[in-house]
Order: sequence, then C-alpha cells, then structure tokens
Amino acid sequence: MENTNPFIRLTDVRKAFGGVRALKGVDLELRCGEIHCLAGENGCGKSTLIKVISGVYHPDRGTIEIEGAVVRNMKPIDAIRHGIQVIYQDFAVFPNMSVAENIGINRLLLEGEKLVNWKETRKRAIDAMAAIGANIDPDILLERLSVSNKQLVAICRALFNNARLIILDEPTTALTSREVDLLFNILRNLKDQGIAVMIVNHKMDEIFRIADRITILRNGEFISSGTRDEYNNARFSHDLTGRELMAVKYSPAPGDFPDETVFEVEKLTREGSFYDISFAVRRGDVFGITGLLGSGRGEIADAIFGLSPAESGTMHLNGELIDVQSIDDAMNQGIAYVPEDRLTQGLFLERSIQDNIMAASLPAYFSGLKLQTGKMNEDTDRWIRDIDIKTNSAEPPINTLSGGNQQKCVMAKWLNTKPKLLVLNGPTVGVDIGSKAEIHDLVRQLAAEGVGVIVISDDISELLENCNRIIVVHDGYIVGRVTNDVSETELLALLSRPGKESHENEVTD
Amino acid sequence: MKTKSRISELLTSNQAVIIMVLLVLSIAIGLRNNAFVSFSTVVILARAAILMLIFALCQMLVIISGGIDVSFPAIACAAMYLPVKMMLNYEIDNLWFPFGMAILIGAFFGLINAVLIASLRIPPLIATLGMNSLISGGLLAFFGSTELSRLPDRLNEMFRSYLFTYTASSGLTYSLTILFIIPVVLAIGLSIFLRYTTMGRGVYAIGGNRSAARIAGFRVIRIQYFVYIFVGAVVGIGAMVSCILNRAASPTNLMGSEMMIIAAVVVGGTRITGGHGSVSGTILGVTLIALIQNNLIMLGIPTHWQPFILGFLIVLGTAFTSLKAMASMKQAKV
Repeated sequence: MENTNPFIRLTDVRKAFGGVRALKGVDLELRCGEIHCLAGENGCGKSTLIKVISGVYHPDRGTIEIEGAVVRNMKPIDAIRHGIQVIYQDFAVFPNMSVAENIGINRLLLEGEKLVNWKETRKRAIDAMAAIGANIDPDILLERLSVSNKQLVAICRALFNNARLIILDEPTTALTSREVDLLFNILRNLKDQGIAVMIVNHKMDEIFRIADRITILRNGEFISSGTRDEYNNARFSHDLTGRELMAVKYSPAPGDFPDETVFEVEKLTREGSFYDISFAVRRGDVFGITGLLGSGRGEIADAIFGLSPAESGTMHLNGELIDVQSIDDAMNQGIAYVPEDRLTQGLFLERSIQDNIMAASLPAYFSGLKLQTGKMNEDTDRWIRDIDIKTNSAEPPINTLSGGNQQKCVMAKWLNTKPKLLVLNGPTVGVDIGSKAEIHDLVRQLAAEGVGVIVISDDISELLENCNRIIVVHDGYIVGRVTNDVSETELLALLSRPGKESHENEVTD
Repeated sequence: MKTKSRISELLTSNQAVIIMVLLVLSIAIGLRNNAFVSFSTVVILARAAILMLIFALCQMLVIISGGIDVSFPAIACAAMYLPVKMMLNYEIDNLWFPFGMAILIGAFFGLINAVLIASLRIPPLIATLGMNSLISGGLLAFFGSTELSRLPDRLNEMFRSYLFTYTASSGLTYSLTILFIIPVVLAIGLSIFLRYTTMGRGVYAIGGNRSAARIAGFRVIRIQYFVYIFVGAVVGIGAMVSCILNRAASPTNLMGSEMMIIAAVVVGGTRITGGHGSVSGTILGVTLIALIQNNLIMLGIPTHWQPFILGFLIVLGTAFTSLKAMASMKQAKV
C-alpha cells in the first residue's frame, strides 16, 4: 500500500547567509503518497529549507535529487515545473480577486498566456475545487472567505498547477479544530492520489495525528527522521528542544508564601458579559480563569484592565480599593495586560524590539523633556538577557521575531512597568514548545516575587500545569472553582456546564 | 437566497448608487430648469468632462496598482508648455510635433516616477509629491508664469475640428470637439486591458497583494514601470487636449486639479488602498462631478456654493466606499 518512491531527496544541504549558518547539513527525503512533518522550533532553519526546495535559495553544498535525477541551479520556476508548490502561511492569495481567478491565475502565468479566457478559467477552477471536495462560490471575492476557505483556495491553486509535492507552512495556526479536521481529510485525500505532502508544524498532537513520517531540525541541524511510530512525546520534545522538558505542576504548599491577598474582586458585574464574579488571588498564586469562547472569560480581563469597565462590584489590589474606569486607571494602579491577540493589540509590528519593550513605560524615562536613552538601552538589554529573547540586538523590527519571542517581548513590555498585577490572556497561543516552557517559568517566578498573576486560557492542559487555582466561567457566571489536582476530564465537564442555575452549588476548593 | 443577495449587492454597489444620485440630481435640475432637459446638456457635459476623464482614468490605473500619482498636473503643464514654446521659437507648425513631444515628455516623467516608486521603493505619495513640486517649480523658475496665448495655427485650428454639430430648436448650435474620441478610446482600451489581459490582471494583483503577485510569477516591477510610463504618456496627450480646448499653453493652469481627479476616482468606487476599481465606475464618478460643476447653477444654487457642495459630495462618496469596504470585511465569512 505504501508508496515508497522518493519524490525529492536532499543530502547534506548547507546554506549560510553572511556568517550565519542557517542549514548545517540537512538530509530530507519526501516520498510520493506520504504526509511528512517537518518539525522544529522557530529559527531552526525550516523556512530556509523550504526556500531551498522551492528554488528560491541555492544550497552552498549538498545535492537535491528529484525523482532520482540530480537537479542543479534550480530556480523557482523550475521548481514549479517539477510540481513543487508551497502554500505559505498567508497563502499568498489576492483578496481583491474572485475565487476562480485566484485558483487560475498562476497557471495562466506559468503557461505564458497573454490573454485571460474567463469562461475556461472559471470552469477549470470549479473542477479543481470539486477534486478536493471544496464547495466555494467561484465568483465571490476572496476577501470574503474565512481563513480555512482561503487555505482551500490556495490548495486548489497548487493542485491546479499539477502539484506533485505540496508544502504547507504552519497550516493549522489560524484554524479552529473542526477546520483542522477538514484540512487533514483533504491532505489524506491528496496523499491517496500519490502526492507528496510536507507540513511544517511544531504542534505535537497534530503531528502525531497526521504524519506518516517526521523529520526534526534544531538550529539548522538535522536531528532525526523516522516514521511516526518511532516517536513518542518524550522523544519528540527532546529532539525538538534539546532539553528534557518535564511537565511539573505548579502547586505551592501552604506556607511557601505569606498568607496575603494580592488581588480581590467582589461581585463584579457587567450586564450581558459577566455577573457576580468574586475571587481572590493570594500571594504566590497563578490564578486561572477558563471557559468556552463567549463565556465571558475575556470580558472579565477587559474589565480588570479597564478596556470595558465593570458596571458594579469592587476590586482590591494589595488591600486598597481601586476604581478602574479606563486603561489609564488600570496602568496607574499597576495592572498590566497581555492581550490575546498580540499581533493587533500587543505589538507595534514594524517597530524595533526596544521600542516595543519600552512602549508602556516611556513616562518613567523622561527627565524633564528629554528621554534617557542610555537607561532605555540598558533596561532593554537587561530584559532581552533576563527572559532570554532570542535576538542579536534590540534594533530589528519585532515582526522578524518568532511568535514565542514576540510574546516574551510583550511580557517584557509590561514587566518593565513593574506591575502589581499581571493579566495574561492566552499567553502561549502560537508559541513553540521551548518558549512556552520559558514563559511558564517566568510566570511562576513572578508569582513567587509577589506579583498577582491571572492566566486566562482555554488550553486545559496548560492551565492545569501552571495555575494552582482555577475558576470556570460559563455564560458569565462562575460555575466552578478548582485546584489543579482535578483531571482534565473533570475540568472539561465543568466548562460546558450551564451557568445561572448551578452557580450556587460551586465545587469548592 | 444567493440570487437575492446578489441583487441587493448590485443595488448597493457604488455604480448603482452614483447612477441614482445622478438621476435624482438630473430630475431636480430638470424640474427647476427646462433648458436642462435637452441634448445640448449632454454635449456641454461631454466637452467639460474630456480632460477630467483622461486624467481620472489614468489615476484609476495607478490607484488600482496600489499607488497614487499627484504629479500629473505638473507633468501635464510641462507637456503642454514646453512643446508649444518650442514650436513658437522654432516656428514649427504641425500636429505631430506637439502631440509627439507631449507624449515623450509625459512618458519621461512617468519613467522617473517609476524609478522612484518601483525600483527605489519610495512611497508613491511622497515620490509624486516631490516630482510635482520639482516639475512645477522648474517651469516657474525657467519660464515664469506667463501664458502662451497665441498658439501655432494648426494647433489652434484643432479647436474647430468637430465630431458633430447640433443645432437646438432655439437656433443655438452646440458642437462636440473631435478630441472627445481620446477619452472614449482610452476608456475602451483600458477596460479591455484590465479585464482580458494577463498584464491587466497583474495590475489588480500587485494592488491586492504585492508579495503574492511576485510569488505567482507576475513581473511586479515591470508592471509598475508600465503603469507609470503609460500614465505619463497619456497625461501628455491630455495636456495637449487641454491646450487646444483652452487655446493657450499655461505653465500653471492645471496645478491643483489632482485632488478633484482623485476624488472623482474614489467616488467612482476605486479603493484608495489599491486592487479595486473599474472604468465604468470612474466614468460615473467623473460624470457626477462634471454635472455638479456645470449645472448646479441651474438649481439656483450660487456658484460660490460649488466647492462646498463638491467637498460635501466627496466626503459622502468616499465615506460610502469606505463603509462598503468595512461592511465587506465584517460580513460573515463564507
């Protein structure tokens, strides 16, 4: 059943940029009719490798064989003629064109057509969609499609160009779990047609679900390759990070910390969002708030940070009653907020790392009308060192960093304001395993130093690992209060529990 | 259900809304002043819109490609003044020279725009603002601001070449200049180019997503060069048209027209952010603005109200385009 003809084989491929060695001898074999996962943390050389395969870069050393024949000096157009198609993270689609045109346009260029035959283009696009079971109106503008359907269009376009190898760069990042299922079905379908599929990914559970074989890179080096069965969680994490990552639950013993309350809310209510929310974060707590999407978990955070203030109820920070009606109030009180969507709410993507880290604490650096740049540089360097942001300097724009390192910058930005309370909304969404562990360590350390920490997340296993106390919100009401010795199943059961009726009989901690 | 949403989409499309506004305005003017309801109005409007149409179609092409060009009034002034000046100095008297020179001068400045924007990656607004100031300043420095009001004979005679002449029942005659053919040919040519050629689709592609266009295999830089040089050349032709219609070559008289042209384009449904726009929409946008400029007075609205009403219309029109764009972003994704 297994087709084992290699479609492409890379041997000892090396590539350096200036003095930086991005690929230090990588072997990779992709077979027809297999789904291959290329895993590695950000900066491991995945993107360089994709560009070598697609002809954008030429390797300094090493060979590329396609279907048994050595290929030299491959240009992007040659790669396309060999049937190599890359689907980038942003899909490289045209929002202003119709679905049909998006699917058909590359082929037009490939065949060097000077004129567009719309009828033919439309018909062929419909056929291409039918081939993978996609059912999208070919005439609507692409900007009206969901992320998942845009991806389907990109896949159709690849197939339409006679793809033999389809490379998908982090295809599941923006998809819901249902959409991921759909995508995986389509990929299996492609595999059955004898197409080689390579997915670049670092989410372990997804890789184990879909991959036939796995190749792992780290820091530009080839670490290991093998069938899915040859890997288990421990080996996978180890190969990926080079470290033994042990999931240790955070459970401080009573007496580890003085018995003080850092932050307390009572009967916080905002009509239509949440009702009667009361909880207390004690010294040393990493406090979790969870709930389904739309349960009000995010709105509670928005209220604490003054984005959309609560209508009634009280908040005490370190014993003092505080009134938060705006973000300014919250910041003046020492409350920091790491938003869920760091790309649009947390970062100035085009600005330097330093500008981003300093963004929330600029007033502290004014002496008179002059900014103390020396002190700013010093502090930025300190944060880069302390929380291990992987960069050579503070100069490059922040969008050149990986997701994990961007998130660390957002945290550094707020930590630089010396907050008394840190609210983290989905702190590790889109962050790779290594950085995730580092962010978790940082959070625990902050809690130990006496900062109140609230983590809002729907990632059950992350919550149970890091938060010693968790509340569950449903329809705006607290429906459960647990410690992290409950099992994942118990917590999941609470999540879908109806709100109003049962919020009286809470599970007490 | 699908067809229903299609129809409602069609009815709220920019084009449909402009047509409705045009109708309402025309009916209002017509009720107030019977003289409006005649073929002569069309002739007058067409004549008034010639230049605006040429410039607006050019601007539309640039904006679709994701750029903007505010240097065209200065380019046009240079392309009008310099050939006429040379003709007068060297006593040249034919039609090929002024049009040929105007096209060359326009294309040359278009090429410089292209170098700045496509090769040096300077933001188009900044690049063309700079060019605008450079060219108009250069004209002023070297030639002053005096008009050349005595055109060479052949050029002057062009004014009297008519496509047709229409005699109204009142006995007045209305003539449409032969130059009207230029925007008509341009509009038809651009429609076909944008719709049916791979390069035309490339203009939309680079305006929609530049990096995707490169990955897809469009020659992005080449397309940008084409757009700016072509536009420069056509602006040169427009400049000669203006010269003939005004029977004078002025180094300054087109300056400041850029905002009105951009407004006409945007009111016509072209998105200022690039990637969207159509010839038909632009024609409608120009018609609307020309109608207001020429016929508002028939409603009894004093002329000094004109800038206010135009401004109002532009704000309204662009707000509508923008709201539509926002709605389509928010619309449930399928």
